[in-house]
Amino acid sequence: MIRVLVAKPGLDGHDRGAKVIARALRDAGMEVVYTGLHQTPEQIVDAALQEDVDVLALSILSGAHPTLVPRIMELIRDNDLTDVLVLLGGIIPNDDVKAMLAAGVAEVFGPGTDTNDIVKCIRERVKTHE
Amino acid sequence: MNEVRTLANGIRQQQKRAVARGLTWIERGAPSGQELVRDLFSDAGRAHVIGITGAPGVGKSTLVNRLALALRTRERKVGILAVDPSSPFSGGAILGDRIRMQDSVMDEGVFMRSLATRGHLGGLSRATFGAVTLMDAAGYDVILIETVGAGQSEVEIMQLAHSTVVVLAPGLGDDIQAIKAGILEIGQVFVVNKADHDGADHSVRAIRGMLTLGMEHLAWFPPIVKTVADRGDGVDELVKAVESHWGYLRDSGQLDQMRRGQTAHLIELALQDWVKFALNDAQKAPDWEAMRDQVRSGIRDAGDAANAIIQRRITCH
Ligand SMILES: Nc1nc2c(ncn2[C@@H]2O[C@H](COP(=O)(O)OP(=O)(O)OP(=O)(O)O)[C@@H](O)[C@H]2O)c(=O)[nH]1
Ligand SMILES: [Mg+2]
Repeated sequence: MIRVLVAKPGLDGHDRGAKVIARALRDAGMEVVYTGLHQTPEQIVDAALQEDVDVLALSILSGAHPTLVPRIMELIRDNDLTDVLVLLGGIIPNDDVKAMLAAGVAEVFGPGTDTNDIVKCIRERVKTHE
Repeated sequence: MNEVRTLANGIRQQQKRAVARGLTWIERGAPSGQELVRDLFSDAGRAHVIGITGAPGVGKSTLVNRLALALRTRERKVGILAVDPSSPFSGGAILGDRIRMQDSVMDEGVFMRSLATRGHLGGLSRATFGAVTLMDAAGYDVILIETVGAGQSEVEIMQLAHSTVVVLAPGLGDDIQAIKAGILEIGQVFVVNKADHDGADHSVRAIRGMLTLGMEHLAWFPPIVKTVADRGDGVDELVKAVESHWGYLRDSGQLDQMRRGQTAHLIELALQDWVKFALNDAQKAPDWEAMRDQVRSGIRDAGDAANAIIQRRITCH
């Protein structure tokens, strides 16, 4: 069973996109922990730890990814959670993608991504234990 | 030292990473998870296990969050297990109880895990039983279990919790629904949440009216507590009510009797697992189709086929 945390760090005003992703992953047979809006990096990484997820899917629309993502990746390393596959979605300018990947994000999905591609990416990259 | 022992030691030291990984093992239902529970069993048996049940949306998660905070001010370590349903179509699940628990779950003395039912009926997941043993052994003093939004068949919590809190909300005929569904029988404490809405006193009276029918003689009469969970009103009173129930169970000897009943349920669950595995094996065996055809054409009856499946499982394991 693949477990995914769908998290929304920062001050985004709505979470429609995150909910669409959560439902798509559920319909693909995954267990999705959803924690709502306005999560701090500390809250997100603590939730990933306690829920023992395979995947952390971040959704950021506010433009704050250059500060939020490196902080989250730092906490992931501090907590020895580097096995967790980190995906990033939302509004990420092309110029920033490289930096996000360098920070440790496995893949960046822009607006309008087919959810099937996200499902496929997760299935390919997560080595399931069952 | 083998992997199970190493993990068990981490759990006993209440290392969050170890607790989280142990819960995953138990959820997987593999032999390593069973071995882990066996290893931890001797360290369990101290925690007060509290079930929180009630219809969808009555405020269970919000209440659990407040309970956890209140218990922390009393220096109790708190483990939380929150169960949500798996989709019968995809097998996936959206686990959303954590949304309402953001205030408490960051506390060092709180550990919260979301569980999906994975096809188990009764309001819990199969892994919830082992998960309680694990959290107990890890030294969590109180374990709060939020069941899936309950209807009439989600009463398995009484086979796991020492104290079951039934949560209702005024209006919407919830109280009447609960009475019809038989959920009143499983509560040792009742909560009328959303007491900021009209009709809370009416709900309290309706519940009390139902309870007094035939319960006056009992040594424990379920208290009814009004709460406004999102503000925290009434939560102290609720903590006192569940603690006094815990005291009652221990002083009266009811706790031992309850544990005997719950142990019988554990054996029943283990037997069901065993039958499930046996059926799985049988369906994968080369003679499955032949066996099925024999039953269909009346050469053999279904009971006889079941017997053969059980015999084979016994000789193979
Ligand atoms: N007015 C009012 N709203 C409340 C109260 N307690 C909870 N709520 C709200 O009721 C809604 C449902 O609360 P939850 O705690 O998620 O309910 P739940 O029983 O856990 O729901 P499920 O897990 O989906 O069955 C949320 O919007 C809460 O903010 C209360 O005392 N008064
Ligand atoms: Mg809930």
